[in-house]
Amino acid sequence: MTLTTNDTGNPQEILSAQEQQWVDKFMDETTLFLGPDPEIMRNHQIHARTAYEDECISKGISPLEMDRIRKRLAGSLDEAFEMCESMGAAPGAKWADLSVAVYTAEGDVTYLSNRGVIAFSAVLHHPIRYIMKNWKDEPTVGIHPGDGFFHNDSRYGMVHNTDQSMLVPVMRDGQIIAWVGATIHEGENGACEPGGMPSGSETPFDDGLRASPIKIVERGHLRRDLLTFLQHSTRDPKLMLADIKVKMGAVRRVIESVDRIIEEVGQESFVAALRVTVENVEVEVRRRIKELPDGTVTFNQFMDSTLKENILIKFACKITVKGDRLIVDLTGTGPEILNRAINSPLGSTKAFMTQAILSYWWPDLPRSTGALSPIEVISEEHSWADAGYDAPVGQSLQGSFRGFSALQTAYAKLQFSTPKKYSNVIAPWFNQINDFLWGGTTQHGEQVGNLCADLNGMGGGAKAFRDGEDAVAPLFCAMADIAEQEVMEEEVPFLQLVSKRLVRDNQGFGKYRGGMGYEMIVASRGTPNWGFMTVTSGSKFSSITGMFGGYGCPTYPLSIVKGINIYDIIRKDPSQFDLSIERIMNEQPYEGGSYQSAHMGLQFDVAKEGELYMISQGSGGGYGDVLERDPEMVATDLQLDRISAQVATDLYAVVWNPETFVVDVQGTKDARAEARKRRIARGTPFREFIKDFVTEEPPADLLYYGSWGQDNDEEVFATHWGGQEPQRVKGKLSEIPLVMIPDRRVLKIEAQDKRIRELEAKYGETVLHKS
Amino acid sequence: MRVPMTEYLYIDLSTEQWVCRPCGHNLGDARGSYKEGTLVYDRDPREIHPPIIDPEKYEFTFSPDPAYCRILEYCCPKCGTQMETEYLPPGHPPTIDMIWDIDALRTQWEERGEDPELVVDYGPGENAVTDMRSTHEGHHNHSHR
Repeated sequence: MTLTTNDTGNPQEILSAQEQQWVDKFMDETTLFLGPDPEIMRNHQIHARTAYEDECISKGISPLEMDRIRKRLAGSLDEAFEMCESMGAAPGAKWADLSVAVYTAEGDVTYLSNRGVIAFSAVLHHPIRYIMKNWKDEPTVGIHPGDGFFHNDSRYGMVHNTDQSMLVPVMRDGQIIAWVGATIHEGENGACEPGGMPSGSETPFDDGLRASPIKIVERGHLRRDLLTFLQHSTRDPKLMLADIKVKMGAVRRVIESVDRIIEEVGQESFVAALRVTVENVEVEVRRRIKELPDGTVTFNQFMDSTLKENILIKFACKITVKGDRLIVDLTGTGPEILNRAINSPLGSTKAFMTQAILSYWWPDLPRSTGALSPIEVISEEHSWADAGYDAPVGQSLQGSFRGFSALQTAYAKLQFSTPKKYSNVIAPWFNQINDFLWGGTTQHGEQVGNLCADLNGMGGGAKAFRDGEDAVAPLFCAMADIAEQEVMEEEVPFLQLVSKRLVRDNQGFGKYRGGMGYEMIVASRGTPNWGFMTVTSGSKFSSITGMFGGYGCPTYPLSIVKGINIYDIIRKDPSQFDLSIERIMNEQPYEGGSYQSAHMGLQFDVAKEGELYMISQGSGGGYGDVLERDPEMVATDLQLDRISAQVATDLYAVVWNPETFVVDVQGTKDARAEARKRRIARGTPFREFIKDFVTEEPPADLLYYGSWGQDNDEEVFATHWGGQEPQRVKGKLSEIPLVMIPDRRVLKIEAQDKRIRELEAKYGETVLHKS
Repeated sequence: MRVPMTEYLYIDLSTEQWVCRPCGHNLGDARGSYKEGTLVYDRDPREIHPPIIDPEKYEFTFSPDPAYCRILEYCCPKCGTQMETEYLPPGHPPTIDMIWDIDALRTQWEERGEDPELVVDYGPGENAVTDMRSTHEGHHNHSHR
């Protein structure tokens, strides 16, 4: 730091160069704590070209040679990706939830493996910048050939805390010329609940392992002291050891390729190729932005859960294009909730914006930090999409996935009028992790915590010219796998009694419908200690919308049957092995069972043998007017039991023969003409409609967070518990009180106490209540 | 010159009006929101997303909760085409989802020197080729290139 005359208190006293050096040295040596650095963490731009990069580029590199280097790197990264996928111990690794990348010396991602999670391309420059700033010249750390750095805490730059990295420098003559890194969704991380994505974390310390970038590998040797600390900090020490080795092995393989490339083309051409690729992507992104029409597209989302209770919290997003500038403005987004897990660091939110850009806007671009770099993001710290240091972020995907949906959804409107498109016009992709997390003791006596691969079965959005694909891929990874359940059952003590059966009417309806999701019914077996969790919102408010007149997805409940053992039941009567959420919950066929539905934020729940836990994967959004859907496609969906007769009649206005499923063409035409007339008859002109519909404030009984409308996004509403009762407050994000939500069980007990006292008074009973 | 802006909307640069693509109805000033020219209906979301488990027995049923979520349906007052839906909390002002710079749009297309109705399609791939000319003028969606 530099002291000013004001700081020294004496306007006449100016420090000499020597004195300033002493002050700087003192300040460096006495820094208390090197926390996340806002200068690094709020910056997603590529680093300025270094003098060495400039020198390398100025010596000239032909486009052909650069292309060769890129292709060699891409091949090598794909090989390393497959190594992680084949050898990784983490379930996530086996299903492609990982990435391997090459970075410039300053940490910009130049190239990412073709498969895997693209979001990593916009977030891993943060830890490398941190290492370069704080550890490179730090005598107790330093950076040497063969070193490897580990981190997982998203406050230092990570998609979320369940991912773990291995970042390794490529060095020549003591100088860092590049980095190679592998990152895997490891799952278990020692959080308050098993599996690495706790829905129940209430402080940042409940989020589990908080590894800032640390040197876990020193000159090629894994440090056993730090490794032991990391193993001791999580529930699955075997996983920690195995995957650190796997990541290191994969990175070493890429470095061998890098060594060969440098031998062939020379160090300077290699460095130039890395840097020019990053810069080229940035230039190309600006050119593509300029092809879009100038204007503003606004898309607001409303999330209905803290994963403990139902609320409504807004994710506001205005995207403005002006020439080659594209500005994403999140003002109006609801405040962080300081004792709930849904908050996302800004870096993680931006990572998923990049996911939308590189997989749904411009999938042909190299996956580079250059893709987000020219895009401006306006966001105020302490919203739930831009969490501060003290907010828990255990289930940050709730916030960051909304960053994805904001950009993915808006792009249909941004790009529709452009003559040159790089991806199809498409409705929203499903955006929740409808999946079981689990933990406990396996049939092999091991402690584990992780998740099913079903999160990868999200329904795809409908395209402008065809239906969305069923259970096709998660939004974050185009070529992920939903895995073989039978393989998993060899390792974990539960069965998926129903797996991958589509749920009727679980669709985003439209001219083209969204891809459907399937149901999952699980029950533990042969374990002394097991439990399940779910970590999803969207049980009261649909989590995605449709596009251009199509509808969004339905909402998704968690259904549970406690107090039964399904294995005993089907052993005695095999005909009872006829399971679906619809049948079990509506018919309640098992005597003595407790049948419950709930929202999808289930904290770790002890699952006794044979108790049923049931959820459904989500649907993609529908595209276009339902009355334009080809009646034959409606009849096909009816025949396959994908939709009910009610939906075919009431929404699609199709008339058909229920015996043969043959469409009555004229009858359908007439029914649709009538349906259009009914729309016109019941619709209200916009101006009149808003007079009746719009209210000054959110409904009094909704726990609402965020701006109301879009005229004054700087004013946000929140529900604050200053005393016993919730209180609506409004003001600027920086001015409203800190938001913490009381324990819902305490609130329930208070309400029951109140009712007891009312009843005692009513019936004249005198009871002494001691506190 | 008419620029297809969504599946169901043009902007006519000569009249500076939003126009319904299926029927040609004018929906208002293209410098403002097309929603001004639409009819709106406040739909109970349970009618669109029917419950799969019994709402008499359970709070969470696969249907959105109407106290949290409404679906606004926007249609053309002339032909009844549903051009947009919007999922909103009850009482939340409808979103002005698109505001375009008409002068910049005109300049952009003048520089391109092409007829937007003939060159805009749904993106890469032969299935994405479409005819953006208005269906009410006798054109039907088939490939013209």
